[in-house]
Amino acid sequence: MLPKQEVIAMILAGGQGSRLGVLTRTNAKPAVPYGGKYRIIDFPLSNCANSGIETVGVLTQYQPLELNEYIGTGQPWDLDSMNAGVRVLPPYQRSSGSDWYKGTANAIYQNIPYIERYDPEYVVILSGDHIYKMDYSKMVAYHKEHNAACTIAVLDVPLAEASRFGILNTKPDGTVYEFDEKPAHPKSTLASMGIYVFTWKKLRKFLELDEADPNSSNDFGKNVLPAMLNAGEHLVAYPFEGYWKDVGTIDSLWESNMDLLNPNVPLDLSDESWKIYSRNPAMPPHYVSRDAKVQNSLIAEGTNVYGTIDFAVLFAGVYIAPGAVVRDSIIMPGARVEEGAVVQYAIVAENAVIGKDAVVGQRPEDMEKKDEWGVAVVGPNCVIEPGTVVAPKAMVAAQTKPAEEAAK
Amino acid sequence: MNGNNILGIIFANIHDEKVRELTETRTMASVPFGGRYRLIDFTLSNMVNSGINKVGVITKSNYQSLMDHLGSGKAWDLSRKRDGLFILPPFSSGPVAYNSRIESLSSIMRFLNHSSEEFVILSDSDFVCNLDLKDVLDSHIKSEADVTVLYRYGRIPEKYGEPMSFDVDPDGMVRDALVSPHIEGACNYSIPVILLRRELLITMISDCVSRNLYDFTRDFIQRNIGQYRFHGYEFTGYIHSICSMNDYFEANMELMDPKVRAELFNSARPIYTKVRDDMPARYGLGSEISNSLVADGCVIEGTVENCVLFRGVHIGKGAHVRNCVIMQDTQIGENCKLDYVIMDKDVTIKDERSLMGFQSYPVFISKASVV
Repeated sequence: MLPKQEVIAMILAGGQGSRLGVLTRTNAKPAVPYGGKYRIIDFPLSNCANSGIETVGVLTQYQPLELNEYIGTGQPWDLDSMNAGVRVLPPYQRSSGSDWYKGTANAIYQNIPYIERYDPEYVVILSGDHIYKMDYSKMVAYHKEHNAACTIAVLDVPLAEASRFGILNTKPDGTVYEFDEKPAHPKSTLASMGIYVFTWKKLRKFLELDEADPNSSNDFGKNVLPAMLNAGEHLVAYPFEGYWKDVGTIDSLWESNMDLLNPNVPLDLSDESWKIYSRNPAMPPHYVSRDAKVQNSLIAEGTNVYGTIDFAVLFAGVYIAPGAVVRDSIIMPGARVEEGAVVQYAIVAENAVIGKDAVVGQRPEDMEKKDEWGVAVVGPNCVIEPGTVVAPKAMVAAQTKPAEEAAK
Repeated sequence: MNGNNILGIIFANIHDEKVRELTETRTMASVPFGGRYRLIDFTLSNMVNSGINKVGVITKSNYQSLMDHLGSGKAWDLSRKRDGLFILPPFSSGPVAYNSRIESLSSIMRFLNHSSEEFVILSDSDFVCNLDLKDVLDSHIKSEADVTVLYRYGRIPEKYGEPMSFDVDPDGMVRDALVSPHIEGACNYSIPVILLRRELLITMISDCVSRNLYDFTRDFIQRNIGQYRFHGYEFTGYIHSICSMNDYFEANMELMDPKVRAELFNSARPIYTKVRDDMPARYGLGSEISNSLVADGCVIEGTVENCVLFRGVHIGKGAHVRNCVIMQDTQIGENCKLDYVIMDKDVTIKDERSLMGFQSYPVFISKASVV
């Protein structure tokens, strides 16, 4: 029997993230690179480690290879202790009733045996696709103080945007009395962040009830939480202040990277007391040449800059050739921008090559038809031939080899 | 497959006096270098990249920073159940700590006896290079030599520590060795890396000790050249020995050369170091930078030219920093003017300060000073 853990965390990391298009074609969303040296999952993992949660399950399903490899033993996050640590939990076959994870709640349901091994009092449910820094131990303390069955972290959003979120209507003491999923006329501006603390005994009961209901879509937000509310359980909202962003779309991923360049955005990744840990590549410091021009940018190690960059996030091992221009863009690990190429408002994925004099993306102010504007995306390993133009909002994938085509 | 039957031994306190300023509070091995490294990272990574699983680091004094840097050896994959990293501090029954390599090797006799590796590589830690030790072993075995010494053809660098020159015959065997020779022009000068069988090392060390001979170059190498077969391995790649503060400065500046970086940081044989989990370097509005090497965690708001910036350095607005080596977490205030300055860790340069050195004499600001 393993030593008891009072609190354990489960990170939902199995979704396809189809809205990220080519970026998640062969890679799970939580493993998508972010912020020059991180991957999205570094945020919940580091938050867990910094909050003192030592037992973390990561539920994977879609394209898990890169994510599994990245998490490894959990050593970069100090999650490799003897009796606790991070575990990757894929769906598995059993003697009867095997299935993929049918929904977020089902994913946890299928892993009840994992959770029970630690005999926890509380289980924290997290998403693998949010960028934020949060002390979960404070949220657990709040949960205990309010003697709740479930505590839901909420963010106060502008009223105009409230209809994009799941909204919680609460009494003055924070008790939730109603859920409003993307309401047309929101009554409140408290949006659910998809971060929950459950009292494990209660959650287990409702997961089993949910599983027994053939009409349920086995989702926390749609099924389990409303069921708990209807059964009269005590649900409370935990107000979170600070930076939080769901990076599930190309635009939000791009924006969130750009937020790191804005000194007015409250997301400080250099905070000694709340470090975001990641797997570090063994590369030398980055080099900026004599003729390079660098402003308002974030540059990781192993990168060589010979061209001009402004409002750019350059990951490790990137090469920006002389005469190349990169503005308002994200260049992921190992990508190359060759001489004379111009990359604007774009995401260039891992190991992609932008050929000589190619043009990727465009500034919105240079566009005639403003509604056709968007962030251009060049997929992983994609080679843009010299002189090619990649239109704004376009998404280019690497050429699949004829052999792969034939196999389909 | 890893594991090539070699035991690595690194001398951490070697020629400390050559860079007195930098080694006041640390060993030569833990002198910061190249924006994110310590000198020992090069030798240690060379060993690990060649499949060595067991490394002993011999320390003498001031090795707190070295132990802090090495930790369990995890960053070099040397935190292992079988073998791994061993820090070997002074161990002596007498009152004096050892002074020479021979004394220190004789004090770790138990460690040498209890190791099972067939070969030993002895290396100093006062140089930077990316060296394929597998190739050294292959050539050692092929030459059927007893001992392989490394050398390089060229002029002996100024102030080189314990230089030797080798007379090497066409078969690569060393015929003669001179200690601290007065040679104008090029010769085969020694690189402080030696490969030999572990059993032979034990025999040779015992022999020196029993005769009260403690000079490594004269008694261990020169005296034995007739007795054992010495093979010379010529290293032709990039190497820079740190023999003086000027050397230290120059070696840092040479990293701006793409050829030097490509060779030293060869991605097939990476140089590992302790990880700090800093965020990527951030450039502010109006920052200007040229020909510089910048590590993670730096924040640059001023002008930087021909500099090596270590992790967590902050360059204030309006500051103009040229030809500087700035170590970890040093803060440069607003509107400072700095030229040819080496700043150790945690230095604070307050706003509006000016400091000027010269190429042949960079100013040195010691650890945690406030200017």
